[in-house]
Parts: sequence; C-alpha cells; structure tokens
Amino acid sequence: MSERINSAWSPSSREIQRRGARKRISRRQGFIAAVSTLLVLGTLISITVTSPGWAVVKKTFFDINYGREVFPTVIAGLWINLQLTFIGGFCIGVIALGLALLRTTKSPALTPFRFLATAYVDIFRGAPLILIILLVGFGVPALRLHGIPSNVIFLGTVAVVLTYSAYVAEVIRSGILSIHPSQRAAARSLGLTSGQTMRYVVLPQAIRRVVPPLLNDFVSLLKDTGLVSILGVTDAVRAAQINASRTFNYTPYVVAAAMFLLITIPMTRYTDRAIRARTNAQSSEGVI
Amino acid sequence: MSNVLELSNIRKSFGTELVLNDLSLSVPEHTATVLIGASGSGKSTLLRCINLLESIDDGQIFLDGEEISDPLINVDEVRRKLGMVFQSFNLFPHKTVLENITLAPVKVQGKNKDEAVTAALALLKRFDLSDKADQYPDRLSGGQQQRVAIIRSLALNPRLLLLDEITSALDPVLVNEVLSIVRDLKSDGMTMVLATHEMGFATQVADEVCFLESGNILERGSAEAVLHAPINPKTQEFLKRVHQAGRL
Repeated sequence: MSERINSAWSPSSREIQRRGARKRISRRQGFIAAVSTLLVLGTLISITVTSPGWAVVKKTFFDINYGREVFPTVIAGLWINLQLTFIGGFCIGVIALGLALLRTTKSPALTPFRFLATAYVDIFRGAPLILIILLVGFGVPALRLHGIPSNVIFLGTVAVVLTYSAYVAEVIRSGILSIHPSQRAAARSLGLTSGQTMRYVVLPQAIRRVVPPLLNDFVSLLKDTGLVSILGVTDAVRAAQINASRTFNYTPYVVAAAMFLLITIPMTRYTDRAIRARTNAQSSEGVI
Repeated sequence: MSNVLELSNIRKSFGTELVLNDLSLSVPEHTATVLIGASGSGKSTLLRCINLLESIDDGQIFLDGEEISDPLINVDEVRRKLGMVFQSFNLFPHKTVLENITLAPVKVQGKNKDEAVTAALALLKRFDLSDKADQYPDRLSGGQQQRVAIIRSLALNPRLLLLDEITSALDPVLVNEVLSIVRDLKSDGMTMVLATHEMGFATQVADEVCFLESGNILERGSAEAVLHAPINPKTQEFLKRVHQAGRL
C-alpha cells in the first residue's frame, strides 16, 4: 500500500546531478560496446574474406543461384523433419509421462514395471541416438515380423521416440521430485489418495516447472530428426546431401542449416524467456 | 462424554532418536487440547502420527473407538475424518482459493461441484474472505493464506482438527486474525488438538494443556493450573523462558 506520489514533487538538484552522471556512464558504455563489436566482427569477416581459399569457398558454399534452385527440395525435406518432430513429440510426451510416473510410484503391484522403466531409461539415455537409429532401422526389418512396417520414416521415428522418451521421462521425474513433500502431506491429510495427490496436486505443479527444459528438448528433437537421413529418409539433410553430391557444390548444406536455424532460433529465444519468467516467479514465491 | 481421540503408550523414534516415549492422551468431544513445549519436544510428530502421516513404533491410536493404528486400516478414510493445518499453510499454489477448498469435497467426498462451491463460498463469507475466492495463494497475506488453509480442512467437516503451530510463520499483526477463527471453532464445539507457542491464546481456548518434554507429557491439566501454577520444575523452567521472551 504505497502512498500516492506527490504531484508537487520535482527532483532535487542532487538527483538531477545523479541523472546526468548516469547518462554519461551509459553513453560511454554504449560507445565501448559498439567499438568492440565492430572490431571483433570486422576482424572475423576480413580474416574470412581475405583467406586464400575464400573465392572457392564462396562459390562452393554460398552460391546464391544454386541455393535458390535447391531451395524447394530442401523445404520439402524440412517438412518431413517437422512432421517427425510433432508426431514424435506427441508420442514422446505420452511415453515419457508414463515412464516418469512408473519410476516415482511406490505401488507394490507395479514393482516389475518400475524396474523395467529404470532399465529402459538407463539404456536409451546412455546409448548414442545414431546407433539406436541404425539398430532399429536395419535390425527391426531383419526380424521379418508381420505387421511391422519396414518404412524407413516410421522406423526412424520409432528410434527417435525411444531415445527421447528416456530423456524427457527424466526431466518430468525431476519435476515431480522437486515438489516439496509438504504439498503431498497437505493433499494426503485432506484424504486424497496417492493417485489423486499425484494427479491434482503434484503433477500440475511439476509440469509447469519443467516446461523450459522440455522446450529445450523439443529444439534438440527437431535438430536430431535430421539424423534419420542415414536410413535414407529424404528429409532436409538428405535432400541437401543428394543435391550436393550431384554437383559437388555444398550450398545446399548451408541452405538446410539456415532453414533449421530459422525455426530453432526463435524457439530457443522463447525458451530463454520462459526460463527467465520461471526464475522470476520462483524468486517471488513465498514472499508475503 | 465420549473420547474422540485416545492415544495409549505411543512410541516413535527417528533412527536412534526417541521422539515420542510412552505417551498417552485422551481428547473428549468438543474440547481443545493444547500441546506446549520447546521445539523438538515431539508436538509436531505427535500430530503427524495422529494423522497417520508418520507410523508409530508402538502403542495404539483410537478415533471414535476404532483403532486407526491398525496397519490394515484404510488411511485415506481415516484422514477424511481428520483436518490438519500446517505451520507453513501448504496451500496448492496452482489452484485458486476456491479450488483449494473444493478439491477434497469433490474428489474425496464425491460432492457435486456446485454444492461444494456453495459450501466453500459460505465458509469464505463467514471468515471474511469472500473477495479472495478467485485469487491465487501467492496474492494473499500469510494470515489470509492460513485462514484459507483452515477453511480448506473445515470443508470436509472433520471429526477432529489438528493444528500444528499455525501462527508460527506469521508476523505478530497477523496472528490474531488466525487465532480468532480458532476461537470461533472452539465455541462451535469443534474438537481440536493444537500445538502452539501462543500462551495467552492457549489460556483462552484450552480445556486441557499438556506440557511435552523429550517425547512425553510431563504435566497436564487446566490452562490455569499448567500455565499459571505449574508443579513440575521443567514446566516452570520452560514457562519462565517463554515469559522472558515476552510471549506470555
């Protein structure tokens, strides 16, 4: 309940002096930042442009006309990456939530599943994604099971989902464990069962808390869908590769990289903002 | 008068530390039993044991004559009959005041939503918090949060209310608004067990005051007797220290 600001107030001469000093300081800092930026960027650019191989690099990596030519095929490939990301992301969310809940439950009937969930997370969190993609992509079709599609897009997605579910499960589990036991005690003392306590009290708070790290994982997921290209899926990476190996001009790689960045940079910026908002909210928690 | 709560020879230890040592207590209906004693004397643990948030090592706990320390008992059903209010409020931060209060009546007692909301609003009105119904807990003062926490446990019409140092986290100005609710409940005939450091308040509401020291009740009796004419030297010593701290 602050008092209303007195309208008759005008700053004292000391305050006017201070404002002047602050303005001078910030002007000087702006000048230093500008000079430093120009110096560093200028040096980097001049080193690159004056290097002996620059003419060749410019032609093989930054050929604008060729870039324009391959753009449609790269974009078509990127569409595959995006589909993989969203469909995979949904499956990952569901599986990871299940794994996290299994790992945090104390129910005796679920003991074997708890062990399995722990083993699953250990294995898929510890093995390189590219190996899982190769093993699933080439191993599963070799089993010749009926009813399992041998479509490489499907198998690639499965491999990515298997691995990311383990990562995301750990993030969600850490969120669940971060909720203070007093919340659980309060819910249980109201007569809520342990399941109800998880569903209505713990999980909603836990998920809110882990949204920023989950957004991080989502950005990684989009990038890592590029790895399914090793199975022959014509995604953005593969499309660029095909074009590049046809002409020995590597501009398509740069185009593909630029396309990924166009999506991931706004996402990471947004994530950073979400993390900052979260930190601010936490620091004001508990203040009366 | 029948006893709502009956504790006989309760024993509880954490590791090698004995927290409750052969403690017995009876709480008749419509009475308030006040637990006093230094921090670590076992007050909070006793309340948590009654609510089955902690398991006891020996002894028996009876609620309305039924043994609730039986491992085969349905703990959720027992807790429905017991209200508990904590020192640190423990409101659910992601739910509004109204949602905090109606969660258990709807999910635990199976009341329909409208009915629960009407009952909750009536309680909020009674305790002067109507305008806070749709606020989130972090927008409330400590005193308001604790009043909401009390209302939350009242919404289940508990047989017995357990209050664990509910004013210890509040600044002195806010203490009274919380204690006045408890006085109201006392005059309504609510059966209560409360741990507190507010000796003046204890004098007002207590039918029985129990002084706890290293897990046992060293002295018990009316507030007049225990707080103003204690016999046990340890009680005298404790009250002297409370008095020196300016809390009597």
